[in-house]
Amino acid sequence: MAMTMTGEVQLPASREVVYAKLNDAEVLKACIPGCEELIKSSDTEMSAVAVTKIGPVKARFKGKVHLTDLDPPNGYRISGEGDGGVAGFAKGGATVALTEKDGGTLLTYNVEAQIGGKLAQLGQRLVNGAAKKVADDFFKNFQAHIAAG
Amino acid sequence: MSSTATGIGAPVRRKEDFRFITGHGQYTDDVVRPGETKAVFVRSPHAHAKIKNIDVSAAKKMPGVVDILTGAQLATDKIGNLICGWMIHSKDGTPMKMSAHPALAASKVNCVGDAVAVVIAETTAQGKDAAEKVIVDYEVLKAVIDPAKAQAKDAPQIHADIPNNTIYQWHLGDAKAVAAAFAAAKHVTKIDLVNNRLSPNAMEPRAALAEYDEGTDNLTLWNTSQNPHVARLVIAAFVGMAPEHKLRVIAPDVGGGFGSKIFIYPEEVVCLWAARKVKRPVKWTSDRSEAFLTDAHGRDHVTHAELALDANGKILALRAKTIANLGAYMSTFSSSVPTYLYATLLSGQYNIPSIYCEVDAVYTNTAPVDAYRGAGRPEATFVIERLVEVSARQLGLDPVDLRRRNFITAFPHQTPVIMAYDAGDYNASLKKALEIADVKGFGKRKREAARHGKLRGIGYSTYIEACGIAPSQAVGSLGAGVGLWESAEVRVNPTGSVEVLTGCHAHGQGHETTFAQLVSERLGIPFENVSIVHGDTDKVQFGMGTYGSRSGAVGMSAIVKALDKIEAKAKKVAAYVLEAAEGDIEFKDGKFTVAGTDKSAAWGDVALNAYIAHKFVGADLEPGLKETSFYDPTNFTFPAGCHICEVEVDIETGKTEIVNWTAVDDFGTIINPMIVEGQVHGGIAQGVGQAMMEGVVYSAEGQLVSGSFMDYTMPRAHDLPSFHVGLTETKSPSNPLGIKGCGEAGAIASPAAVINAITDAIGSEDLAMPATANAVWSALQRATPRQAA
Repeated sequence: MAMTMTGEVQLPASREVVYAKLNDAEVLKACIPGCEELIKSSDTEMSAVAVTKIGPVKARFKGKVHLTDLDPPNGYRISGEGDGGVAGFAKGGATVALTEKDGGTLLTYNVEAQIGGKLAQLGQRLVNGAAKKVADDFFKNFQAHIAAG
Repeated sequence: MSSTATGIGAPVRRKEDFRFITGHGQYTDDVVRPGETKAVFVRSPHAHAKIKNIDVSAAKKMPGVVDILTGAQLATDKIGNLICGWMIHSKDGTPMKMSAHPALAASKVNCVGDAVAVVIAETTAQGKDAAEKVIVDYEVLKAVIDPAKAQAKDAPQIHADIPNNTIYQWHLGDAKAVAAAFAAAKHVTKIDLVNNRLSPNAMEPRAALAEYDEGTDNLTLWNTSQNPHVARLVIAAFVGMAPEHKLRVIAPDVGGGFGSKIFIYPEEVVCLWAARKVKRPVKWTSDRSEAFLTDAHGRDHVTHAELALDANGKILALRAKTIANLGAYMSTFSSSVPTYLYATLLSGQYNIPSIYCEVDAVYTNTAPVDAYRGAGRPEATFVIERLVEVSARQLGLDPVDLRRRNFITAFPHQTPVIMAYDAGDYNASLKKALEIADVKGFGKRKREAARHGKLRGIGYSTYIEACGIAPSQAVGSLGAGVGLWESAEVRVNPTGSVEVLTGCHAHGQGHETTFAQLVSERLGIPFENVSIVHGDTDKVQFGMGTYGSRSGAVGMSAIVKALDKIEAKAKKVAAYVLEAAEGDIEFKDGKFTVAGTDKSAAWGDVALNAYIAHKFVGADLEPGLKETSFYDPTNFTFPAGCHICEVEVDIETGKTEIVNWTAVDDFGTIINPMIVEGQVHGGIAQGVGQAMMEGVVYSAEGQLVSGSFMDYTMPRAHDLPSFHVGLTETKSPSNPLGIKGCGEAGAIASPAAVINAITDAIGSEDLAMPATANAVWSALQRATPRQAA
């Protein structure tokens, strides 16, 4: 089950600051909803554990996160795949673009995601809503983090 | 016609219902063995992937885990593959290409839900927690889901040894004669159909409980099987789990099958294997999510069909090309469904001089597909009944009239596709249905509906099916790996009560009632004094189970044969009891009399004397009263009839309501009209489900997205009208009772009747099943594009 989603968020900081935070594992860990662990193994590779609930299925996903198409301070692509055991799997990515706007930075994102196994069997009608909530929560957290300096 | 109030033809209430509706049924999950463990399967979330590694080390340390077993261990233990038991040959003479089907995948998974490991734990909850910790490293491969794309050159190859995912390319009929008839035809009707994939959804999910007795080296399997003897045979002879005499299979109360419980599934094989390994009983009960993923699905045909007619609306020829999706593995009888259970019925009720059908069966990365209520015959009926209806509309003829012009009226009738119809009266069932449905008043009802903004339509389905499965020699010549006779053993106890052991299996059909009615009628004893025993390989010597509307026509015929022998033996006993010549003994209404005298002996006296053996010496007559019979039918039976569906479609929303349903069926002899009517009701409900609601949907990546009742719609009471059910009767000449069978007719007849009615209402043939409100609304929009403003 593939789904796509786009959105944008205005951030009160320069592109350089935003880009640096987007590469900071501690920041990402604090902002990713349900993230229990995020360990950077290189500048572009991280391993993560996150708990997600879609409809009736709650799962702890273990997976890898890759950063590619690095283009500081214009943006990058973040992608990953997570294995939720018997709950199934989720994989996907987001292209993140940063542009200067109103003295701050406009972050636009373009997400595509796929789910499989029990998640798809039971949660497919709920996945768009769930994915949107994860993205909204992430950027709300991220925005708060930037605002807090 | 019944000689007793509980004999043949009496609407006796079902004996078994009291225990079912008061919660006293004994289903597989209700059987609890000492020291029982629970099996939880680890299943693939991917439709197609290589298994690179399975790590069970963390899972094995979880609380309550007894053992965790994988496909690699299954292979090491040399547990054989599951098989498909019906050989089909392709046009070029090559045998069908059957892939290996291990009960646990070891190197590659081929559909979502494919089991890769099993956790054996003290409780199901502990097993589920441990299953979470099993780490399977997959290399995901591209999947192919659409059967119409499975044979493409660039399609992913599912089984390395089977090119183009093609199992067979089969055909039946005379291609040249058909081509000539089409060339000469005045009119040709062409249609493209998809027979939608269905999930069987029996009320009781599948289950298996296996127990190993170290002392005797015996294995026992309790399972939800429609045919426990065939399960034992396959698990012994092909899977190689244990010798047949060391394996007992018990199918206790089973809550619905609809075909899906005919087959031998991986889970029961794994439970047996695991029980021997862990030396404790192992039980698995499917949850509803697993049932959606792993029960063999039904239907899934993509068909192009054409009908050639002359200037007078006489059918000259029919041709069809079908792609049948058999899923990731060949299930037990999957090969026969889109071939000999399908193309052989394409003649319908019509005199069609020539027919040609080609069927390609393909693998896809989906659950296996096999027989589901009707199995091939609903698919055939949908093809021919849509063709006939569309032809009539295109020719401007009344669809009833076109049918009448082409009905077979003389019997026996040899069709060009193997079947020899032996009896029927298609005009009689049509005529009765037209009367009950008040077809004459339809025009008025249509005008009335129009005043309320509704489109009213009427659709017919004059169906035929081949049941009473089946004459062994005939099916053997077509590739069946087994004979399809049935056995019966009648045990008369010293007190005169009777136990009938049958090789049929009841999972909702009411055999405990109908079979007892037959014995009550024949022996003149109370219905209550008869017990029906089935579903245990240690009790019943052998049998072929229940499917294909065979239990009445074949199973009861075996009982009749055994009762003949019982009567003959009882007369010998009675002759000693009554001190008369055997030839003078008459048996009627449960009483033995000496012709021309007033001497008589009751049934119970004779039964007792058979066992106490005081009146005769063993040299003259063996004591006891027990007889066995194996009955092999001489032909299929051919139930047929006419269903008429009337619908109203809401123009604004496409919401379609079935406002009238008439079913007139010819099932031959009826044992219990109440049970028969129930079978008709249930069959129609399932057919309406297929036509308007049900449909298995996989995403392009092979994820099952209709995997719960949130997304897979089953028909409910409020979706259906009160059915008007009628009967006509021509006896089947192929069995002693004249029974034809009634279990599948409703599901076979109804999809075509529904779609013919809706397409009549909306004036467009461009409508696929399931005809949901959205599908009907969309068809209406396509048919009548809105004018630009």
